[in-house]
Amino acid sequence: MSKRIVHYINQFFAGIGGEEKADHKPEKRDGVVGPGMGLQKELGDAAQIVGTVICGDSYFNENLESCSATVLDMIKSYNPDIVVVGPGFNAGRYGMACGTVAKLVDENLGLPVVGGLYEENPGLEIYKRYGFFVHTANNAGGMRTAVPDMAKIVKKLAAGEEVTEGYVQKGLRVNYFAKDRGSKRAVDMLLKKIGGQEFETEYPMPAFDRVLPQPAVKDITKARIALVSSGGPVPKGNPDHIESSSASKYGKYSLKDITDFTAENGETAHGGYDPVYANLDLDRVLPVDVIKEMVAAGEIGSLHDYWYSTVGNGTAVSNAKKFANAIAQDLKADNVDCVILTST
Amino acid sequence: MRLEVGNIFIKDVQFGAATEVKSGVLYVNKDELAKIAGSDDRIKSVEVFLARPGESVRIIPVKDVVEPRVKVEGPGGVFPGFMTGVDQVGSGKTHVLKGAAVVTTGKIVGFQEGIIDMSGTGAEYTPFSATQNVVVKVEPIDSLKQHEHEVVVRLAGFRAANYLGQAGKDVKPDEVQAYETKPLLEQVAEFPKLPKVVYVYMLQTQGLLHNTYYYGVNVSEIVPTFMYPTEVMDGAIVSGNCVSACDKNPTYVHENSPVIADLYAQHGKTINFLGCVITNENVTLMDKERSSSQTAKLVHFLGADAAIISEEGFGNPDADLVMNCNKIENLGIKTVLITDEYAGQDGVSQSLADSTPLGNACVTAGNANQVVTLPKMDTVIGYPEVANVIAGGWNGSLKADGSIVTEIQVITGATNELGFHTLTAKTV
Repeated sequence: MSKRIVHYINQFFAGIGGEEKADHKPEKRDGVVGPGMGLQKELGDAAQIVGTVICGDSYFNENLESCSATVLDMIKSYNPDIVVVGPGFNAGRYGMACGTVAKLVDENLGLPVVGGLYEENPGLEIYKRYGFFVHTANNAGGMRTAVPDMAKIVKKLAAGEEVTEGYVQKGLRVNYFAKDRGSKRAVDMLLKKIGGQEFETEYPMPAFDRVLPQPAVKDITKARIALVSSGGPVPKGNPDHIESSSASKYGKYSLKDITDFTAENGETAHGGYDPVYANLDLDRVLPVDVIKEMVAAGEIGSLHDYWYSTVGNGTAVSNAKKFANAIAQDLKADNVDCVILTST
Repeated sequence: MRLEVGNIFIKDVQFGAATEVKSGVLYVNKDELAKIAGSDDRIKSVEVFLARPGESVRIIPVKDVVEPRVKVEGPGGVFPGFMTGVDQVGSGKTHVLKGAAVVTTGKIVGFQEGIIDMSGTGAEYTPFSATQNVVVKVEPIDSLKQHEHEVVVRLAGFRAANYLGQAGKDVKPDEVQAYETKPLLEQVAEFPKLPKVVYVYMLQTQGLLHNTYYYGVNVSEIVPTFMYPTEVMDGAIVSGNCVSACDKNPTYVHENSPVIADLYAQHGKTINFLGCVITNENVTLMDKERSSSQTAKLVHFLGADAAIISEEGFGNPDADLVMNCNKIENLGIKTVLITDEYAGQDGVSQSLADSTPLGNACVTAGNANQVVTLPKMDTVIGYPEVANVIAGGWNGSLKADGSIVTEIQVITGATNELGFHTLTAKTV
């Protein structure tokens, strides 16, 4: 029996309309719609697209929670073996929707997902781990290559074969038992390395972004200082709702009216350590009390008017870089000489 | 230094009236073994069990695994510094009860120790599901402090192994293998055209319950030194640690040190194996800098063209691994590293706590955070409830039906970084 496929597409590719119809609510239709026709042709008898789920891009992204539940139910109703999303090319909101559907299916149904996105589509970086995404061109002109590329993977999955190439790596480390034990593999690799032959490392080491410290400040009594922290120090109530883990944002808060943190005016948003002592006295994470005393005593030049805070706990390096760039621009504009950067 | 290792293949283990090897079967006098293993006034009781491959048996918590060996000819004895004085070992003749192992268990020392399952999913992940295991359950006297408890159990394991090893003293081995590394200048002259290889053997020494010993000396106290590869075959290095049991080296693995075995397999053919530099993994930056500098100096001094560097443990020791790699590569010596990974249960995170672009040849023993379900076993030797507290488990790991849901981190030897097992990882 051929495998059952459900295809997720947006309102544009379903032929419902463009931006003016981006608020289209989720619907399901039996059989193929839009690009599903081409896909079915490529698949032949290997697999059958039994249903198509359609949703407007704006509607999906603006009603994430309710829409996720509805779309998942619609997909489930067809009892699929494999789910296909897109291709979404470089459409930002469509890419995010395709990625979200991949995540929903992977986490809730445990089924394989196949999709196609342009390499710079933000949905790809965020959601690639949840499915087999092929690289596509940046616009629908690339449909002719995207569909066969996606079909190739669907066919492999339908045949129960392992998919090892033709998709963007998910970035997941997966265990398996090798033929030889580790020591033998190490000796074999060493022989190749000695002989100048090609060898393949089993773990490509991550490239850490190492930052050389700046030269020491010459005269601290004239320097302008700023306070930045990844320990999550925020005004009481966490007004920007910075996440306790995997932060998606940072906050910028005025130091004007604070000379000392207390249990009434500050807390930490960080979920990765025991918050009790930080919440009693946030100076333990961000030393505002001491800095203010030093400014008053003329021991340091001056203080930047704001502090910047995010949560380092589980936060992706890509997000941290983004925050740092924005914060650094701010500090430069205010002629800050040095920063006290606290973590936890 | 030349050592002949005579392997006596053990196909089965049974209790018997006398401890002896007959037709490949190791017979164990249970009471005598218990008495000898328990001859320490800090021990309250010793019980002995057998666990064979394929049986529905779980051993938890596992402290150490030791291979029974006996010195037949030549100076010294097995486990110098603990059992037999401190004569130089690694030459002469040694007999091995190949296929047999002593496994120590008992009340948990801390949050450490591992699991060995003799069948089911867990058995695939531990090399010690394939050995005929004599399990020695040691209970210390009340009020014994943790560090002393560890010493007591460690020594009981060595006494048990040496007692069993004696049974092989007069048995004709099924196979004899000779290993030889000569003094440096002679060794270099013997195979002048082959690339010269040194093994950098990193040993876990992060403090209490995290130590390793060389001739009885805590390796945290040594500066890196040269070791003839055959020394380990007489038990010169022994384990004093098993926290996160997947990537700590039981004494058995040192006795059968796999990189040494596989380098010897190429010795005189494709490489000239000059010997080992043993080094530690202490916690302070100054210690790390000193040990890695001394290690690189020694490797260079020995004239190595290339080196294999194996790690023990993870996290903090990743820094030692990277320092050793950088300093040795910067001397123009090619390296291959052996490590394991902590990429998270979902496999998404970066696997090491430190990194270097010079570490471009890396063997991985797998992701220790992988979650597995270990099925219920009919017999549990030890204390199943510690599954909830040992590193890699969590409160609730032990299910009501006796199964255990846990990271493979708890499984003894699963991601061994001397390369003793076949588990590895890839990016998908």
